[in-house]
Amino acid sequence: MTIVQSVSRRNFLVGSAAALGGLSLGFHLPLPGKALAADAAPEINAWVVVKPDETVVIRIARSEMGQGTLTGLAQLVAEELDCDWARVTTEYPTPGENLARSRVWGNFSTGGSRGIRESHDYVRQGGAAARQMLIAAAAADWGVPAGECTTDKGTITHAASGRSTTYGKVADAAGRMTPPAEVTLKDPKDWTIAGQPLPRLDTADKLTGKQIYGTDLQLDGMLNAAIKACPVFGGKVQSFDAAAVADMPGVRKVVQVGETALAVVADTWWRAKTALDALPIVWDEGPNTGVTSATIAAMLEEGLDADEAFIGHQRGNAREALAGAARMVSAVYGFPYQNHATMEPMNATALYTPEKCEVWVPTQNGEASLAAAAEASGLPVNQCEVYKIHLGGGFGRRGMQDYVTQVVHIAKEFPGTPVKLIWSREEDMLQGRYHPVTQGRLTGALDADGNLTALHMRISGQSILAAVMPQRMQDGMDPLIFQGLTVDSPEGHLGYTIPNLLIDHAMRNPPVPPGFWRGVNLNQNAIYLECFLDELAHAAGQDPLAFRRKLMANHPKHLAVLNAVAERIGWDEPAPEGRHRGLAQIMGFGSYVAAAAEVSVTDGRLRIHRIVAATDPGHAVNPAQIERQVEGSFVYGLSACLYGECTVNGGRIEQENFDTYEVMRMADMPAVETIVMPSGGFWGGVGEPTIAVAAPAVLNAIFAATGKRIRQLPLKNHSLV
Amino acid sequence: MARLTINGTQRDIDVEPDTPLLWVLREQAGLTGTKYGCGVAQCGACTVHIDGVATRSCVMPVSAIEPEQQIVTIEGLSPDGSHPVQKAWLALDVPQCGYCQAGMIMAAASLIAQNPSPTDADIDAEITNICRCGTYNRVRAAIKAAADGSATSNG
Repeated sequence: MTIVQSVSRRNFLVGSAAALGGLSLGFHLPLPGKALAADAAPEINAWVVVKPDETVVIRIARSEMGQGTLTGLAQLVAEELDCDWARVTTEYPTPGENLARSRVWGNFSTGGSRGIRESHDYVRQGGAAARQMLIAAAAADWGVPAGECTTDKGTITHAASGRSTTYGKVADAAGRMTPPAEVTLKDPKDWTIAGQPLPRLDTADKLTGKQIYGTDLQLDGMLNAAIKACPVFGGKVQSFDAAAVADMPGVRKVVQVGETALAVVADTWWRAKTALDALPIVWDEGPNTGVTSATIAAMLEEGLDADEAFIGHQRGNAREALAGAARMVSAVYGFPYQNHATMEPMNATALYTPEKCEVWVPTQNGEASLAAAAEASGLPVNQCEVYKIHLGGGFGRRGMQDYVTQVVHIAKEFPGTPVKLIWSREEDMLQGRYHPVTQGRLTGALDADGNLTALHMRISGQSILAAVMPQRMQDGMDPLIFQGLTVDSPEGHLGYTIPNLLIDHAMRNPPVPPGFWRGVNLNQNAIYLECFLDELAHAAGQDPLAFRRKLMANHPKHLAVLNAVAERIGWDEPAPEGRHRGLAQIMGFGSYVAAAAEVSVTDGRLRIHRIVAATDPGHAVNPAQIERQVEGSFVYGLSACLYGECTVNGGRIEQENFDTYEVMRMADMPAVETIVMPSGGFWGGVGEPTIAVAAPAVLNAIFAATGKRIRQLPLKNHSLV
Repeated sequence: MARLTINGTQRDIDVEPDTPLLWVLREQAGLTGTKYGCGVAQCGACTVHIDGVATRSCVMPVSAIEPEQQIVTIEGLSPDGSHPVQKAWLALDVPQCGYCQAGMIMAAASLIAQNPSPTDADIDAEITNICRCGTYNRVRAAIKAAADGSATSNG
């Protein structure tokens, strides 16, 4: 990956079509001389540069944060380009360049497991168009029909005349060719680069310390900033005594950032942080000092019984069926606040002058970072630029831009001098955009034969969209709260047919800022639904797999992944001595996923021995990276299940570091076996969906082992003895 | 002023004596491969070797380190990424975001130096670094591959 600061100072003309609108194909807008590649080799189109030494530079619009999207997207372009994979490198175009070129690279936003599934078509078209232009250049030079030329690993051959050349030799001419009006993409069954379990392109520098993250950035004359915002949500700065720290080593200035935060700027970050810790601050804690986890829980409990609720999925008449049921089962589940806790704390670097504002930032949404820089700097967006840096984890947190706004405000105090802002871990824990809190009450009706005849799932709790994307609310309803539970969304629909069904949401929004957290609402919805189905199966005296299968006749893809994990773990055979099993399945982020867990509980101590996971993402662009995403998602999901909990007291989060916000470590990690079973015909995500099935599979296995239903996470608060 | 031997080179660094080694490495020595993750010795992203022993540098004041003690960071583990642990990491394509991996690699290298054939229990006990991407199973496999010399390049 090219390090971005090397291309930092170029200005780009802003076209008239800068509106943030629809996607356009790269090859429709060849702009010679606008190449990004550091040594200015001409681009063939927006996606592809081939250098004279045959190096192929593939442009990647989405952000790499560990999920492997950089490698996967490069595979898709390279597949259609038919280049030599061993010569592929990548680079990020900048958000400013995207704007200047009418969003030629489409959407930069990297979240919701969308990196590949929402750009596979236009990136492949970019690769295919570049190939045709390379062929056209060679054919024109030779005076032969382009249709008679073939390509293989970056070589163009005209068999009839015995001539051949390479992409690097004709790249310059190819860039001047008229882009094809349309291209035909390969059938995925013919893929040779995509679909293969290739190693990542970005591994080597991560093994030697060479990989530059945002926290590592060094610019000439750079100052460093540490920041503290009011830890009580809704509070602000009342007063502070800058003089008390003015003479501390390295300190340049104390800066108030908006109403809520104070930053110390110094020559080094450690000196900035040391002075910040010594800075006398009086907070105006605002209206939320009485908010605690208990008051929030009471607010949600009230919502469980509320008459008013938004309906997300309705079929038959669940309330009536429940009232007349032979047997009724009911349970309340709950999922607490979680912090993203990326290993790299939030950070950004800004250089402000009255004419230009530049920001270097690990971001999941470069265009949103650009908008934040423009707003905070007060400069027109075409006088701002953002350089994306490899992320030290994102998980949704880096889609928010609060730290960009902060660093620009700070940098405005030092025109012409770059300022790097790094949050302390404590700041990162206290100023999160937390996985929202919800409770779910599920009530099911069983007939005399143990068939599920009705289900009411009431979700009470916090809406992410209401807080961060109110424009996506639908007449006051948050459609995203029903992730995985909807009627027919290609994003994630319910995999069971239940004759009478009601899934509704009583929105209750406590004053703790929520955000998208890897897996989003699929996390708790899968736990509530899949654990409760286990409860129903148990009440009906039926095997949990058989009970589910009866409801899944109309959902063959959901059933296929469930059957796959059941078969692999040996569901029909007894578990090894002392071990117990649990299952779960759901659909989310466009993919069908299931898990089967095998646990033991000895003297109250849980050990997760093994989890089998299956995923059907439609198309598998890199099966090896999918395996890594599944394993990683289990660590994220099981960390929340076992340990994760941000509690609230005095209107602030109580956990300030990893000593109190525990996460999974090596010793907790089960063996993970991943079944990648792409069935074709659709494109699903892989970064998030499997996270949701880890916890319910384990919780159901814990019930099998102990007879205990853990309904309020995390597990650390419960005894399994 | 602190006199430190970092990756084989002794140097004098003008810094407050209570400054943690982590920040001296990153801000005065310019070695940013060693990462800040928590500042309280919980996560291990800041792991370096001091006289061969894996040490969490975020809570180690430079005043506690003698000039002769050998500090080795990820940049000094090998000149070219050829340490057996680095080779195993490459062969198994371990990192995801990579931010914790320098610390993981330093912890693993120290473990193998002291225990050439670590068991799963040894690895569980000694490698307590946090990885939020969830590379643990591949870290374990790479430690074993490095220990028994089975790592090969993945090309």
